[in-house]
Amino acid sequence: MKVGLFIPCYINQLYPQVGKATLELLERLNVDVMYPLGQTCCGQPMANSGYEYESVGSCNNFVSNFKDFDYIVTPSGSCAYHVKKHYDIIPQTDDVVKVRENVYELCDFILNVLKVKNVGAKFPYKVGIHKSCHGLRGLRLGSCSEKVTEAYSYIGELLKEVSGTEVIELTRADECCGFGGTFAVTEEAISVKMGKDRIKDHLDNGVEVITATDTSCLMHLEGLVTRNKQPLKILHIAEILNSVN
Amino acid sequence: MSHSKAATIFNKDEKKVNWHDKALWFVRHKRDKSAHSVKGWEELRNLGHGIKAHTLSNLDTYLIQFEENAIKNGVQVHWAADADEHNKIVQSILKAHNAKKVVKSKSMLTEECHLNPFLEANDIEVIDTDLGERIVQLAKEPPSHIVLPAIHKKKEEVDVLFQEHLGTKPCDGDPQYLTGEARKHLREKFIQADAAITGVNFAVADTGGFVVCTNEGNADMGVHLAPVHIACMGIEKLIPKQEHLGVFLRLLGRSATGQHITTYSSHFKKPRNGAKMHIVIVDNGRTEQLSRPDFRASLHCIRCGACMNTCPIYRRSGGHSYDSTIPGPIGSILSPGKDLKKHSTLPFASTLCGSCSDVCPVKIDIHTQLYKWRQIITKETPQPFIKKTSMKMMGNIFSKPSQFDKVGKVARWSLRNLPKGMINSKPNVWGKARDLPLGPKESFEDWYKKRNKDEQ
Ligand code: SF4
Repeated sequence: MKVGLFIPCYINQLYPQVGKATLELLERLNVDVMYPLGQTCCGQPMANSGYEYESVGSCNNFVSNFKDFDYIVTPSGSCAYHVKKHYDIIPQTDDVVKVRENVYELCDFILNVLKVKNVGAKFPYKVGIHKSCHGLRGLRLGSCSEKVTEAYSYIGELLKEVSGTEVIELTRADECCGFGGTFAVTEEAISVKMGKDRIKDHLDNGVEVITATDTSCLMHLEGLVTRNKQPLKILHIAEILNSVN
Repeated sequence: MSHSKAATIFNKDEKKVNWHDKALWFVRHKRDKSAHSVKGWEELRNLGHGIKAHTLSNLDTYLIQFEENAIKNGVQVHWAADADEHNKIVQSILKAHNAKKVVKSKSMLTEECHLNPFLEANDIEVIDTDLGERIVQLAKEPPSHIVLPAIHKKKEEVDVLFQEHLGTKPCDGDPQYLTGEARKHLREKFIQADAAITGVNFAVADTGGFVVCTNEGNADMGVHLAPVHIACMGIEKLIPKQEHLGVFLRLLGRSATGQHITTYSSHFKKPRNGAKMHIVIVDNGRTEQLSRPDFRASLHCIRCGACMNTCPIYRRSGGHSYDSTIPGPIGSILSPGKDLKKHSTLPFASTLCGSCSDVCPVKIDIHTQLYKWRQIITKETPQPFIKKTSMKMMGNIFSKPSQFDKVGKVARWSLRNLPKGMINSKPNVWGKARDLPLGPKESFEDWYKKRNKDEQ
């Protein structure tokens, strides 16, 4: 099984530690994983802003980098969702179809492809899960509060097995954090208010560390937590699952 | 005004935002409880979706069937191509009956057509009889929510409003007293009315009958007392059969307020002896929306308001920030179809979180339609130069890995080395309330390359 690692552009540049944790974690789980050097961005920032046509170059670059892998794994539900859902704007060649079918968010891959629940991590903190929307309602990485289905959560299942971690229930289980790409800037007032409200929910319920499957949401929340000097740590799920010492 | 501007103004009063958010979240929560008590909920949603899709695909047949049956029942049927024609038809019916005083139960269609100001300009008194609608009518404001029209008003504000218009005593916003007074005031209006206007929730093709849902019984009150009943409906209100009500009435009450069923589901079929019944069937842009494959499902809407209650943006920006008759997520996919330029910021008033699509009882893919409107808007309406060029630049950078690497280096260096005050300065909207991450020395890719070299 050959796995290609996709590290989203903003993780590559701003949160390399998330990329490292993802790679190390996969290697620790004996995955034959490689990071193709020509990769850039999945194209989502342009497409969600209404400029799908400007993202065609990114889509093609993504496909040419990842077409030869059995699986593509990424520490971002949002990017995986974008490839799956919105790569219908380029011709559906065999390569494109294959890439769209085989792209996985990290937790989904560990749990459902590797069939591993316990990754051997230790993390003795009270953790609040921010359920990033594109992963939750796009990729269905968990049940959402709107639909009447059986309750499940991939990230929750993995965290449950982490030694010492206590997963904290929130008052609003899966409300959006307000990042939303360019929304964070074009609708600044609402974006900030949504983020503040999410953080308050975590704080009110005694959370020490907020985690998620998406660094984009976390960057937004971290920006607020740092500015307001709030007693919370923000970590991507890969960083927690990679805490072995 | 753009949505974001209006939202910024609404957010100046954070306490009010918190209150507005909580009030609507409470309704969403009630909806969850009542939906989750129905085992086959998702199946009901599938049915609702399927019946609506089928009806819209055969709309011509069902409309004609409905008209034939309604006429057989002794109802007069009128067709209006647009708002203007709708208003004129209503006015001519009123004129024919010499009606000067009208009571009206809730109808988003008549809001959309701006019927009230039109009739008032023609010397006809129109009283909205839904309590929430009466409140906003007195305040001379449009409704801010389709089910809870005055949800943006606190009870203390209603107290002041009623003192001014209904002569009530100051009562610290005592809801019991205020509703009691509203009731007395409205009873008088019901008794005096020459005609009653209602909306239509569901029009049943195979019987020619229709159903109006209210929680206050105000539609019945108006219709039973006045000699003339005018029911106004959009062409999309049709369902093929009476038995389909079993699907929609269950979905509607639960989705709207968490009730198992709306308090009054009033079935109308024919005029009572000596009275007259009219139905006005309105297009007003609906066939155009039906012709757009990506957006036709927006016509499934049964106006339950659940997408508003769930929307984290709506709850924090208020219904008026949308500046359209139907606010919130569904309004943001309907309104651009009517006036793309005016409503061009609405599809961007969303994080595409998808909560609306999952809560919608008739499974409208609302957030996908928002995404699709965005693609159209950037092409067909003027966009800020900065946005356009930066997107083009990004598109270029991301299609060429070597450029991406260079730009990334500069960005990281700036974050690390420029003073915080400069990074978080005015032109950087992100930095107004949020810090930016510290720029790391090394990108992931730098680290990866180095590691691989070391290993060799
Ligand atoms: S779009 Fe769906 S959720 Fe929103 S008001 Fe219409 S039926 Fe209700």
